[in-house]
Amino acid sequence: MWWQPFPNLSQLSAALGGLSGVPELEVETLRPVNLVQERNLLPPGPWSRTFRCTLTSIPQTQALLNKARLPLGLLLHPFRDLQQLPVITSNTIVRCRTCRTYINPFVTFLDQRRWKCNLCYRVNDVPDEFMYNPVTRSYGEPHRRPEVQNSTVEFIASSDYMLRPPQPAVYLFVLDVSHNAVESGYLKYFCDSLLENLDKLPGNGRCRVGFLTFDSTIHFYNLQNGLSQPQMLVVSDIHDVFIPSHDNLMVNLKESKELVKELLAALPSMFAHTRESQSALGPALQAAFKLMTPTGGRVSVFQTQLPTLGAGLLQSREDPNQRSSTKAVQHLGPATDFYKKLALDCSGQQIGVDLFLLSSQYSDLSSLACMSKFSAGSVFYYPSFHHVHNPAQLEKFQRDLERYLTRKIGFEAVMRIRCTKGLSIHTFHGNLFVRSTDMLSLANVNPDSAFAVQMSIEDSLADSSLACFQAALLYTSSKGKRRIRVHTLCLPVVTQLSEVYAGADVQAITCLLANMAIDRSVSSGLPDARDALVNAVVDLVGAYRTSVSNLQQNGLVLPSAMRLFPLYILALLKQKALRTGTSTRLDERVFAMCQFKTEPLPQLMRLMHPDLYRLDTISDQGALHLNDVIVPQPQLLHLSSERLSRDGTFLLDCGSVLFVWVGRACSDVFLRDVLGVHDYASLPPSMNHIPELDTPLSERIRAFLDWLQENRAFSCPLHVIRYFRLPTTHYVIRFLSSPYIKQTNKNIVSFNQSSVVHRL
Amino acid sequence: MAFTFAAFCYMLALLLTAALIFFAIWHIIAFDELKTDYKNPIDQCNTLNPTVERVKKIKRVKIAIKLVLPEYLIHFFFCVMFFCAAEWLTLCLNLPLLAYHVWRYMSRPVMSCPGLYDPTTIMNADILAYCQKEGWCKLAFYLLSFFYYLYG
Repeated sequence: MWWQPFPNLSQLSAALGGLSGVPELEVETLRPVNLVQERNLLPPGPWSRTFRCTLTSIPQTQALLNKARLPLGLLLHPFRDLQQLPVITSNTIVRCRTCRTYINPFVTFLDQRRWKCNLCYRVNDVPDEFMYNPVTRSYGEPHRRPEVQNSTVEFIASSDYMLRPPQPAVYLFVLDVSHNAVESGYLKYFCDSLLENLDKLPGNGRCRVGFLTFDSTIHFYNLQNGLSQPQMLVVSDIHDVFIPSHDNLMVNLKESKELVKELLAALPSMFAHTRESQSALGPALQAAFKLMTPTGGRVSVFQTQLPTLGAGLLQSREDPNQRSSTKAVQHLGPATDFYKKLALDCSGQQIGVDLFLLSSQYSDLSSLACMSKFSAGSVFYYPSFHHVHNPAQLEKFQRDLERYLTRKIGFEAVMRIRCTKGLSIHTFHGNLFVRSTDMLSLANVNPDSAFAVQMSIEDSLADSSLACFQAALLYTSSKGKRRIRVHTLCLPVVTQLSEVYAGADVQAITCLLANMAIDRSVSSGLPDARDALVNAVVDLVGAYRTSVSNLQQNGLVLPSAMRLFPLYILALLKQKALRTGTSTRLDERVFAMCQFKTEPLPQLMRLMHPDLYRLDTISDQGALHLNDVIVPQPQLLHLSSERLSRDGTFLLDCGSVLFVWVGRACSDVFLRDVLGVHDYASLPPSMNHIPELDTPLSERIRAFLDWLQENRAFSCPLHVIRYFRLPTTHYVIRFLSSPYIKQTNKNIVSFNQSSVVHRL
Repeated sequence: MAFTFAAFCYMLALLLTAALIFFAIWHIIAFDELKTDYKNPIDQCNTLNPTVERVKKIKRVKIAIKLVLPEYLIHFFFCVMFFCAAEWLTLCLNLPLLAYHVWRYMSRPVMSCPGLYDPTTIMNADILAYCQKEGWCKLAFYLLSFFYYLYG
C-alpha cells in the first residue's frame, strides 16, 4: 500500500482511546473492577462529542456481540456548533462509485492515482483536480488535501445535490391567544424576545416571516409592505380552513420590518380582554401547513392548553390517582394519529414543526409531541407556566427562546449513515422520519438535536481490520447555500471478548439503552422496560463472570471500562421518564422521554449523573488558558455524599441547572471573598448569581462557571443553597434527591447484588 | 358431474384464491421495493402528484392498506361459503388464518383510517422483516390451498 491511515493496529487503538501507547494505561482498561471494594469511581472521558459508538472495538461476528451482552449502536450529533470546520470549495466532490461514500481520512491510496473505499473496498480513480492541494499549493499529494486530513468536513454542494432551488429561511409563528394563554401571560414575553432578536434570526435578504394566532377562530395578519398598519383577517370556518390571501401573509422580513415590529408591539394588548376559552389547534396547524407548503421552513407553535375544537381535538386522559402507580403507566402513546399524519405531510413539504407547550394542566403531550417527532422539530415544555406565580419557568422560557431564535438552522435536510460492508442499521431514535433503510428525512436540522441508531452485524467482518461509519448531512443553510456536512468514524475490529469489554463506552451504552427502554415502555409497558434495564446489568455481570474473569471473587466484578454501568442504570431508573412509585405527572414523564430521545449525550449524562466539584479549594493548577482568561479546572469528584463536607462549598452541575451548596462550617474568607457576605447566617435565602467581586478567588470561580455555561447550548440558572434553611427547602430537596448524592457505593452494590443473586 | 353447491363453492374458491395469490405477490413486491428503495423515484410515481419530494413510502403504504382489507374480506367470504356448504375439513383448514387476520387487525397501531401499516415505524428492520416473512408464508398458504381446491 502506498499510503494507509494507520499502518498498524496499535497506533489506531492508541489514537482512538487516548492511550498514547502507555502500557500502564492499557492494562488499566483491562483490569476487572470489584465494585464492592472500589469507592472512588469517576466517569471515563473525554470522548468525541459528534460521533460516538457504544463499543469502540467492534466485535467481528454477531455471535461475539451476543456473547458480550452489550448493544451496538452509534450516537451522533451531526449539526453541533463547531469552533473549527474545514469547508471544501472544490468543483468535484470525490465519492466512491458504488456506495457513494465521501472521501475521508480512512481511505487507502493504492498509488497516486487510485484510492480504495473503506466501506465497500472498491478501487476508484483520483480525479485530476484532486491532485492539486490548494492549502499547501502543491501537486501530487492527494493524501494531504483537507478532505483526507479531517474527519469532519463541510462540502459546498453543486446543483446535482438540489431537487429544487435552495429555499429561503421561512419562519411562521403560530400563537395561542385563548383566555388561558392570556392568563399565563407568555405572549408579552414572546413578543419582547422576538422584537429583540428580529435582526439575529438566521437568514439573508430573502428571509420571510408570518404570524398566525388562534383561539376558536384563526387570525391571519396581512403585513404587506406599503400598508399603514398590519391588517387582521379572521377565518371562522375551522372545519374547512382556507387561506384568505396568498401573497401578503408570509412577507419578506427586510421589506416589512416596520410592520412586523408594530404587530409584535400590539399583539399582547389586542387579546388582553378575550373571553374565548376554546382552542382550535388542529385547524390552525392545517392553515399553517397550507401557508408553508410552497416553500417549506419552520413553524413554531405556542400552545397553553388541550386543543378542544376542530380536527385533532383531544380529551383529558390522565388519571391523577395513577401518578404514583407502580404498575404500567397508561396513555404514553398518542390518542389520535392526526398530529402524526400532519407531521408526515409537513416532512414531505420540508416544514419542521417546533412545539412550545406552556400549560398548567394536562395537555396530552404524548399526542401533541408527534407533530415535532416526525417533522424533525423540537419540543419545549414549561409545566405550570405563569408569568407572575412561577418566575423560574418564565426565566427559563426567556433564555430558551433567545437561544431558539438565534441558533443556526438548516432546511430541507437529508442524512445518510453508511457503514462498512457487513454492518447494517436497523433502528433509528430521535426526531426524524426514516425514508428508506439508511436515509433520514429531516425537515429542519438544529444544533441541539442528537440521534441514536442501533446496528447489527449481518456478515462477519473477518476480511477487514477496521470498521468505518460515515454520516453525511445534506442541508440548505439559512443563507440559501446547499452544504454537505460529513462526519467519519473509524474503529478497530477485534476478535477477543476481553478487547470488546476494554473498548466499551459506558455513557453511550447507557444512553442507547435509555432510548431502547423508552421505546419498550411505549409498546409493552413501563415495568417491562425497567426489568429490561436491570436485566442488561445482570446479563453483563453474568457474561463477564463466565467468560473473562477467572478469579473466583465475591462481589460485583465488572470490566474496568464498565465500572459505572450499574450506577448509571440505577440513575436512569430514577429519572422522571422511567420511574414508578413516585408521583409523576404524565406530561412531565412524556417530556422527559422526548428529552432522552433528542438531547445530546453530554447533556443527558449530566442530567442522570451530575458533575460534582469542590469550589472552595479551587486553584490555578491545570487551568486552561482561553482568550486571555484563565479557566481553572477543579477536579471532578466521585458522586457520593461521602465527598460532601460541612467545611466546603460544592458545585453540582445537573445539565439544566447549577447548584452551589455552601456547607455550614465553610470558611469566612470564602464567604466574604466570593459570596459577599460576612458570615453563614447572613446568606440570603435565594441567591441566583455569584456577585462580581475583585478578589482572585471570585474571579476564578466566575471564570469556571462562565466556562461551564458557554459549553452548553441553553444557559442554565444557578442556585446558591444553604444547609437546611427552610425558605430554600425545595431547592435543598432537589439538590439532595436529584443526583443520588446520598447514594454510596454500598447501596448500589446491595441493590444489584440482590437482583443479581436472585437471577443467577 | 352433478353441480352441487359444494362443487360450485370450490370453483369460486379457486378463482378467488388466484386473486389472493396475486395480492400476496403484490404485498411481497411492495415490501421488497420499500427495502431496496430504488434509486430513481421519479419512475416509480406515475399517477397523482409527480412532485419528487412527495414521500413515496407513504404512497406505497397506502397501497398496502388498499390490499389488506380486500384480502381479509375475500378470505372471510370463503369461510362463510364453506360453512354454508358444510365442508368442514376445508373450513377447519382456513380457520387459523382467519383467527390470525383478526388478531393482526386488532393489534394494529392507532390510526384513523382502516389499515395495518404505520409509515413511521415500518422502516424499522424488525417490522419490515416480519412483514416480508408474513408475505412469503401467506403466498405459500394460498398456493397450497389453490392446488387443494383444484384437486378437491
